[in-house]
Amino acid sequence: MTTSGRMELVCPAGTPSALRAAVQAGADSIYCGFRDETNARNFPGLNFSPQEMAEGIRFAHAHGSKVLVAINTFARAGDTDPWRRAADTAAACGADAVIAADIAVLDHMATQHPGTRLHLSVQAAAATPESIGFYADAFNVRRVVLPRVLSVQEIATLNRLIKVETEAFVFGGLCVMIEGRCYLSSYAAGRSPNLNGVCSPPEMVSYDEDREGTAARLAGFTIDRYAPGEPAGYPTLCKGRFKAGDKAGYLFEDPVSLNAGSMIVAFKAAGVTALKIEGRQRGKGYVTEVVRAFRKAVDAAEQGHDATEIDNILAGLSEGGRQTTGAYRKIWR
Amino acid sequence: MARVALTLGPLFFHWPAERLRNFYFRIADETALERIHVGEVVCGKRMPFSDPVWPEIIERLERGGKEVVLSTLAAPATVRERKAIAELCADGRVVEINDITALPARSGRPFVTGPFLNVYNEATARFLMRHGAITICPPVELSLNTVGTIAGACPEAEFELFAFGRLPLALSGRCYHARLHGLHKDSCQFTCEQDPDGLAVDTLDDQSFLAINGVQTLSAEVHAALFEPATLLRHGIRRLRLSPHDCNMVEVAHIYRSLLDGTQDADGARFLLSCLDLPGRLVDGYAHGKAGAQPAMPA
Repeated sequence: MTTSGRMELVCPAGTPSALRAAVQAGADSIYCGFRDETNARNFPGLNFSPQEMAEGIRFAHAHGSKVLVAINTFARAGDTDPWRRAADTAAACGADAVIAADIAVLDHMATQHPGTRLHLSVQAAAATPESIGFYADAFNVRRVVLPRVLSVQEIATLNRLIKVETEAFVFGGLCVMIEGRCYLSSYAAGRSPNLNGVCSPPEMVSYDEDREGTAARLAGFTIDRYAPGEPAGYPTLCKGRFKAGDKAGYLFEDPVSLNAGSMIVAFKAAGVTALKIEGRQRGKGYVTEVVRAFRKAVDAAEQGHDATEIDNILAGLSEGGRQTTGAYRKIWR
Repeated sequence: MARVALTLGPLFFHWPAERLRNFYFRIADETALERIHVGEVVCGKRMPFSDPVWPEIIERLERGGKEVVLSTLAAPATVRERKAIAELCADGRVVEINDITALPARSGRPFVTGPFLNVYNEATARFLMRHGAITICPPVELSLNTVGTIAGACPEAEFELFAFGRLPLALSGRCYHARLHGLHKDSCQFTCEQDPDGLAVDTLDDQSFLAINGVQTLSAEVHAALFEPATLLRHGIRRLRLSPHDCNMVEVAHIYRSLLDGTQDADGARFLLSCLDLPGRLVDGYAHGKAGAQPAMPA
């Protein structure tokens, strides 16, 4: 579906204070999850208790913002209750929507909480009119978070063929694999996004010094090597340096993050309803800065400013880290 | 005692038409495999090469008494790929669904759910069974116990365990063969054809790790879930899936059949597999609820 209204800015919150920061920085919606394996950012010290969720939703509503609750991992066989409970709690807290990927969770929401809006998580990897149509018809899903495989031209075409809203990632961490369909982490380290809500788990990371410098390892597999004195990055599996054939380097993806800020105008033209910032693991200072900049950029796009002016607004966000527009430009493939 | 059946899963790799024909003719003539999946699942761009030979292969397999299942693409994107899925779903044979894209076209008629479909629990399995799922091959990262839990709650469906081959670990919008060769996906020159089992990816410390196959990433090592038939049946597993590789698959099928018939034990089967010219070492961590890369150990 192609929407013509003002684009919605969807911002991350890993903690109640990040939620308040995002609201105050101008987020239209905040997405967050419960403090357990029902959400795909299941990191120590992050996320919300049921009471914090209820308070966060009250705070957001009082300030005119919405809260979208992510229950976006796959329910455990023989023990689906925690996922049903999370869905029930989200509905009881007055969540504006639940973001889900697992058919079990979607089915539970559709039958038990038909009044709560359902968004399809990026973890469901629905990229075609047929699959999005299926989720819309079967569960009354109202919005799909698009997998990061589509170019902006393809998103425009897709929007003409589907009857639900689309939400596109615009900034933050970038998965190079199709999310929800990647088991690299459990292959190396035993825990994965789908099973546990974690990727490249920190407890399996080691930095080992030797004569050649530092090896960043995940469960004993060398994900990258750094010369003495070179700053070592986190060994996220798909962003490491490997060898294949006679070549060595970043075979899957360079250590870049997504910044599609320059494409906000294109997203609007493509009929995208909402722009999503990744980063529930980030602190409130980061959330404030990024949300504030994107608020300005989205407002500028709505007022008809062009991509160059929007680039200038977002220029301060690059932090020296390398960035990419990812699959939104076809050349990435 | 009930019999555990053997399936040959869909080929993940880009083999030339002649090689496909020879391979499947041998499977038809020389193996005791009951069900054979045919069709391209990884990359729609390869379909013009293999499409012309599938009818002949299907005819030969069916003449040899095999049940043929038509596998469909795991990550369809283009109009042509979506159309190919719709056409396959209209076939009278059983179809394997590897993406939800195929579900509306197939709902109400029998299908297999492949390991690319996220069936992690009994509620999802039951939902898909209501739409026509008859055989469910869950994602490879699930353990025997977990698959057993789902199967126990869904006795009407047949559960299938991914039991042999490099593990399909990830799909991407990006083609890694093209990227490695400095090419763009849209003009990839089909360099994936040079690697009939995928191209090995080692760590900078020369640890064997992964393998790339176009848009797909697999394990470098070869997963071998070797359980005796009583154990499988106790967990509700009635079918094992062997994934085709550029090794002696007739012998692989024979080893698994011997294990399932009780003429070979798991340690013996593991030894016999290790004697073959496989693309990697044997691992079985996933089957035991551990990291998938854990080496296969004698029981």
